[in-house]
Formats: sequence, C-alpha cells, structure tokens
Amino acid sequence: MATDATTSGAGGPNAESVFGPPRRRIGEKLIAAALFCAAATSVIITIGIVVSLTGETLTFFADKAVSVSGFLTGGQWTPLFSDPEFGIRPLVQGTLIITGIALLVAIPLGIGTAAFLSEYASPRVRKTVKPTLELLAGVPTVVFGYFALTFFTPTVLNSILGLDVSVFNGLAGGLIVGVLIVPTIASVAEDAMSAVPQSLREGAYGLGASRRQVSVRVVVPAALSGITAGIVLGASRAVGETMVVLIAAGQVPTTSLDPRNPMETMTAFIGATGKGDVPTGSTGYKAIFAVGFALFVITLVLNTISIRFVRRYRQVYE
Amino acid sequence: MSTDKLTTGAIVREVSDQEAADQKHAPVPVVAHHDVIDETVENPVFVTEDLSVSYGSSPAVLDVSLRIAEKEITAFIGPSGCGKSTIIRCFNRMNDLIPAARVEGMVRYHGLDLYGDDIDSVQVRKRIGMVFQKPNPFPKSIYDNIAFGPKVLGMSGSMDEIVEQALRRASLWDDVKDRLKDNAFGMSGGQQQRLCIARALATNPDVLLMDEPCSALDPISTGRIEDLMHELKETVSIVIVTHNMQQAARVSDRTAFFIVDMDSSEEARIGRLVEYGPTDRIFTNPHDRRTEEYVSGKFG
Amino acid sequence: MTTAPARSASEVLGKASSSHRLRDRSFVLLLAALTSVALIVLAVLLIDTGIDGIPQISISFLTNFPSAFPAKAGIQSAITGTLWLMGVVTFVIVPLGVASALYLEEYADGSRWWNRIIEVNIQNLAAVPSIVYGILGLAYIVRGPLSLGRTVLAGGLTLSLVVLPVVIITGREAIRAVPPSIREGALALGATRWQAIWRQILPASIPGIATGVILSISRAIGETAPLILVGAATFVAFNPSGLDSPFTALPLQIFSWISQPNDEFRLLAAAAIIVLLVILVVLNAVAIRLRNRYQQRW
Repeated sequence: MATDATTSGAGGPNAESVFGPPRRRIGEKLIAAALFCAAATSVIITIGIVVSLTGETLTFFADKAVSVSGFLTGGQWTPLFSDPEFGIRPLVQGTLIITGIALLVAIPLGIGTAAFLSEYASPRVRKTVKPTLELLAGVPTVVFGYFALTFFTPTVLNSILGLDVSVFNGLAGGLIVGVLIVPTIASVAEDAMSAVPQSLREGAYGLGASRRQVSVRVVVPAALSGITAGIVLGASRAVGETMVVLIAAGQVPTTSLDPRNPMETMTAFIGATGKGDVPTGSTGYKAIFAVGFALFVITLVLNTISIRFVRRYRQVYE
Repeated sequence: MSTDKLTTGAIVREVSDQEAADQKHAPVPVVAHHDVIDETVENPVFVTEDLSVSYGSSPAVLDVSLRIAEKEITAFIGPSGCGKSTIIRCFNRMNDLIPAARVEGMVRYHGLDLYGDDIDSVQVRKRIGMVFQKPNPFPKSIYDNIAFGPKVLGMSGSMDEIVEQALRRASLWDDVKDRLKDNAFGMSGGQQQRLCIARALATNPDVLLMDEPCSALDPISTGRIEDLMHELKETVSIVIVTHNMQQAARVSDRTAFFIVDMDSSEEARIGRLVEYGPTDRIFTNPHDRRTEEYVSGKFG
Repeated sequence: MTTAPARSASEVLGKASSSHRLRDRSFVLLLAALTSVALIVLAVLLIDTGIDGIPQISISFLTNFPSAFPAKAGIQSAITGTLWLMGVVTFVIVPLGVASALYLEEYADGSRWWNRIIEVNIQNLAAVPSIVYGILGLAYIVRGPLSLGRTVLAGGLTLSLVVLPVVIITGREAIRAVPPSIREGALALGATRWQAIWRQILPASIPGIATGVILSISRAIGETAPLILVGAATFVAFNPSGLDSPFTALPLQIFSWISQPNDEFRLLAAAAIIVLLVILVVLNAVAIRLRNRYQQRW
C-alpha cells in the first residue's frame, strides 16, 4: 500500500511509486473537445445567418433596379411587378404600427398580470394561472392567425364593436399579436418583481402603506429594469411574429396609417414571397434577404437591450 | 494583526504600534515555529510547508506548516472562516475544482509533492478519500453508491464482496443488507453519512479526509460515526475538520487550532494555524493564549 | 393598573378612510381583470376552433390525403410529415443540445472570452425570429452548401436550428439543478471529470433534460413560418418515403387551408388545428408527467 518515504530528502519518491503508473486519458480530452465543438455550433449558426443574409443583401443592392437610398426612403414596395419599386418604408411602417398596437395591449396586460401574480395571487391561483399562460405561449401562432381572421375580425371587430374593418386589417393583427406576447412580458416582469427583496416591501408596510401603494410605488419602480426588459423582449417578438400578420393583416404594402386597412409587415412580406416559388437569383428572391437582414438587425438590437436590462436588475438584487 | 499583546508559547512579544505598521504588508506569524509543525510526528502521511490558499486576489488561509501522522486521527478546529476546510481540500486537490483558487507552498504526501507537475489529481483522489459536511449519496441504490468508486477505478474482484466488505467496515452492513437495491435517499441522515464513508472505503484509500462529517447529524448518529473512526484508524489515516471541540477532544490524537484574522486593511478574513500538537496537550496545556480562550469556550 | 374602557379601532388608530379601502379593492379587481384578458382570449379561441373543427373530424379526415374537394380532403400526409420532422428534430437536438449544455455547465471557464461569446450568442439566437431561420434554411440548407432540396431532412434541420437554443438553455438548467455535492462526491472517489458527468450528473439530470427536449419538439412542430420558406409543399398526396422525400406538415396544411377563400376549407383548417393542439397537449402532458414523476428532489 503506502510507500515508505521520508519527508523531504533529496529527490524524494516519484509519482509512480506512490500512485502507480500514470494514465494518459486521451478519451477525456477528446470528449471535452467534442463537447466544445457542439457548443461552438451555435456560433456557426449565427455566422451562417449573418453571412447568408449579408451576401444576398449585397447582391440585392448591386441590382440596377435597386438603390440604397430608394430602399431606405422609398414609399413603394412592389418587388414582384415588372417595373419593381423597392422602398422598404411601407413594410417598416406596417411592422411599427402592428408592433405599436400589440404593445398598447400587451404592456398593461403583461404588467397587470405580473403584478397580480407576484403581489396578490394566492399560491393556488398562481398554480392555475401560470401554466395557462404557458399554454397560451405554446399555442402555435398559425392558430392565432386563424382565430384573428375567422373570429376576431368578423365577430369582435365588426359585429360587436362595429369598427367596419376590412377582412384583412392591421388592427386585428396587432391586437392578437398583443395577446400573444403577454406571456413573454408577464413572465420576465414577474421574475423581476419577485426578485425585489421582501425587506423593501416591509419597509413600506412599516410606514403604513397599503398593499396597492407598496405594489405601485415600491415594487414596480424597484423592478423597473426587469419590466423594461420584458417589454423590449415582447416588442422583439412582435416585430418577428410572422403567421398572425401574414394571415390576418393582409399582404398589401401601404403607407396608409389607418389600421382598419390591410397592411404588410416585413415578416409577412418574407413569408408571402417565400411561399410562392421565387426563382433563385431574381430580385424578388434577393429582396427576401434584404428585408430579413433588416429584421435580424432590429430584433438583435432589441434583444441586446433586453439582456442589458435583465442583467441590471440581476446585479442589484441577486 | 491587531496590536494586542500576543502570548505565544514561551515567547512574549510586545507589539509596538510601529511594528504593527511595519507588518501592514507583510504579516508575519507571531507563533513559534516548533509549536506549529509538531516535530514529534515521525512517520508523516502529509507534510505542509507554508501552505497558502487564495481565492482570486484575496488570501483565504496563510502559511500553514504541519506534519500529519500516519494511522492517527488529526483534528482541525477553529472558528468558521479560519480556513480549516480549505486546507483539508488541498490534501486531495479538491480545490482544483474552484477555478479561482490558487495554492502556494508545499503539500507532501508520503514525501511526494502533491502539486507537482506529474501528479494526476484523479489518481490522488483514489488514494485519499473524502467525506463531506452534508451526506451526499448519489440518487441511486445503496449498492450502486458503493460500487461506483470501484467501478470507475476498474477494481478487480467480485463487486458483491467489495460492497459487503465496505459496508461492514462502515458498520452499516447489518442495517442495510436486506435492502441493498433501495434508493439511498430513503436512509436516515446518519446512515447516509455512514454510506458515504463506506463509499469512500470501498476504494481502499490510504487516507480519509472528513470535512465536518457530523455537523448535519443528531448526537446518536454522531456517536456511531466517532466509534467508527476509532475502528478505522487501525487501517487508514484520518484528518477531520470539526467545529465541535468536544468531538476533537474525544476522537483525535492530534489537534491543529486555526483562527481568523482580519488583514491589515480590516477587509479580508484570513485563516492561520495557531497551534498544533497532541490533543491532550492542546486541551490541557495550550501554549497560545488564543488556543486557551477557544478551548475554554471564551470565543468561537 | 387602571382598566381603561374598551375603545373602538377608529378611536385608537384614527378614522379609516373608506375611499382608501375602496381604491385598494378596485385595484385588485383591475389587476385580476387584466390577468384574465389573455386567458379569456385563449378560452374563446379554443371554443371557437372547437365549434368550427370538431364536427369535421372523422376517420376519413385523418386518413385521407389533401384534395381539391373539401369533402374528400384529409391530413394523413400532414400527420406523417409532422412525425418525420419530429424524428429529425429529436435526432439533431438531443446530442447537440445536451453536449452544448454539458460543455457550458461542466467545462466552460466563464472568464474566457470565447465561452462568453458562446453564452451571449445562445441567448441572442433564442430570440431571433423563426422566419429568419427559415431564410437561413432556404439559402444554405435547401440551396447553397447543403443543397438538400425541399426535403424532410431540410425541413427538420431548419426546425432544429429554431429550437436548439431552447434545448440548450433548459438543458443547462437541468444540469445546474444537480447539486455540486454530487459532482464533488464522485470526484473525491477518484472518478475523472467525464466519469462523474456520465455516471452521476447526467443520469440525475435526465428528467429535466427530457422535459426540455419534449417542450422544444412541441414548439418545433407548431412552427409554420420557417417551413413556408424552406418550401415544404402544401399539396402532397403521399406520405414521405424517407429523409429525401418532399413533405408537408400539419401547420403548413392549416396555413394552406386558411389561405383558401372557400369557407369549407377554413373549417378543415379548424379541424387540423384541433389535431395539432391535441398532439401538443399530449406532448406537454408527457413532459409534465416526466418532471413530476422522475425529477429528483434534492
């Protein structure tokens, strides 16, 4: 068993005499390398997205029918016409209007839900509401598109509210996308509210504040960066949402500001154009990539902002 | 270092303000060297020389020099934060798992530099077993818990026999022989901890490191583990970290006493070894005033 | 000691303002109302779709192939296509996702820049719109370097990319839930890093990992936008015969029927939605069951 050895002495025993022959463990290193490669795949995916989008986008702008200034400022988007126009403004505007409507709905609903769950709901209520919200988040968006087109527009908007909207309209798209992103905002905001230390609440209660005052004046301000993160992430999801707007908002690029009319978002354009068999190399095909590139950049910026805000509240309270 | 008068063995030092200022950046242990090393240990299993561990830039424990005897029970005592667990984790290189931890100085195991370039920490751990503060059985059957070590080490022989022998050595066999296939999480805390000891014994280690093994247990379970330690020291060397002085007095042959110091800027807590020697002497005739205060319950 | 006459709360504490209390109560009601809106929408959606779709569901609807005549149209090829996609997605995301999660939790030194890049990158990928993955699939998987064409494999790979970040993130959570004491216990017995992972950490985290994988698969099979771009055909009157076969899938079939102006086709879409939702509910139930039954309580 143990090797007899003196404490120090010149030379001393070597590792082999105490522990037996050394092992190489090449397998261990190979496994570590393989796992690293798997994790690095995600970086390759990102590179793939960036390279594929930029490559075709550059050739898109090299097309003589397209100019960068026309793309950024033009008010006409008719890529599949024989005399095409490539002004992205109608698509950006459609995206902004629908995202704006969605946020108008989702911000109060999301924050209200988060505050209710974090500050008021009994454990039993939480146990029913939270999985239901997860269920809502798990319903495929094509289903929401169907709902917006066949029920929400004709029954709710036209019959009940009498808004006289078109069959395809930005309002239904925006409202339903708003409901769709409620779970996103609610869950991030609730995490942030739950992370507010109990001592802060107790401090306010100790001064005679009511539960409402504690929620509104203490918890919400303390959780503000987390709530902001949720809203930004929700906005990013609304910008990237495809199926609801493709089905319910129409495929008419327009500069009209009236949400009762059909409008086309960036995502809906990509979906509608990609659906038809666009020939590779046509300007229409390349336009998919140019719009996709703009979409990717917008959502990337929004995600980065959201991650920043989340990190900020984590630093403060965790 | 404070400017208190420190009594260390036979040496009494008056620490002047000037000296304290001088020590600001180079704190010097004010204990006599022979008290710490314990030269009476003739056949040491571990020898440390100026062993220091730091996490990131802040030192956790500084300049520990001691010799740990073979086939004895050595206890590390001291208030929490004194670095006793950090030191014991150098003996099987568990500190390797903490990326920020840096170990300086020397640890010799049977004369061999444990932190030498040619040392494989995995092979170190198969000779030097460890039992942790909280019982940590694997979420598997009792049998599989014991068999894991021998399997990963590729030990030959009948696994059933290895398992039975390990459980017998941990005085657990009679309790569990009829339910070897049951999940270990169904056992009581004390049984779980003895299972963890049995698990460590199954690989036939030379040394057993025990990091506060009874802190999560009731007094009866604690007593059984202490009895077990007495039996085990026939075959293995044991180093036990404990915050319980009575336990150290009951089970150990030698005791090392650690303290927590504030560093000169009063910001970081640094552990130091104060006194080391036969347990009887440490408890009846401590040389250092701080040891005396601790063992007599004045602080800690 | 003198005994004071009993005094009312308002004498001692001052007069409670009734408007205050009213405001508090209406605030709770407001929050509860806001919370219920999304839930009500979900309920109305399920009821409306059920009313439209359930009468359409029959054996022949499940076993027929798509048809130009609503009465004869069915979803057999859409169901088999979806099953094939599930197979491909599982095959890709399980090894890739688990390996990535293991690397990030067990091997990666978070202070190294390349590991930080991988982490941030996965966080970002999780929020990239799925249609952007569709563009990537169109450019590089259907065409471009992989040139797989509009096949089951191309569709499955594209969907795998969409959900891979989710698998990695949930996998990491499952691995992190295994207490460090288990890792220490294994290593202290002389196990190598991989032995500790393979024999102790991974088995203990499998229920959590499996839950994440199932939820990712259920997300993948509801994704429509990427498949539109990858160009799965919507009129496929045969089952896929292999990975290189053209295919359709349930969400695509639904989208295709919704796009028809004919109301009868829209009712078929509702029926197909119900089938899709049932599959999703079953998958989720399995995931929850798995989590409750096998998850180790530490």
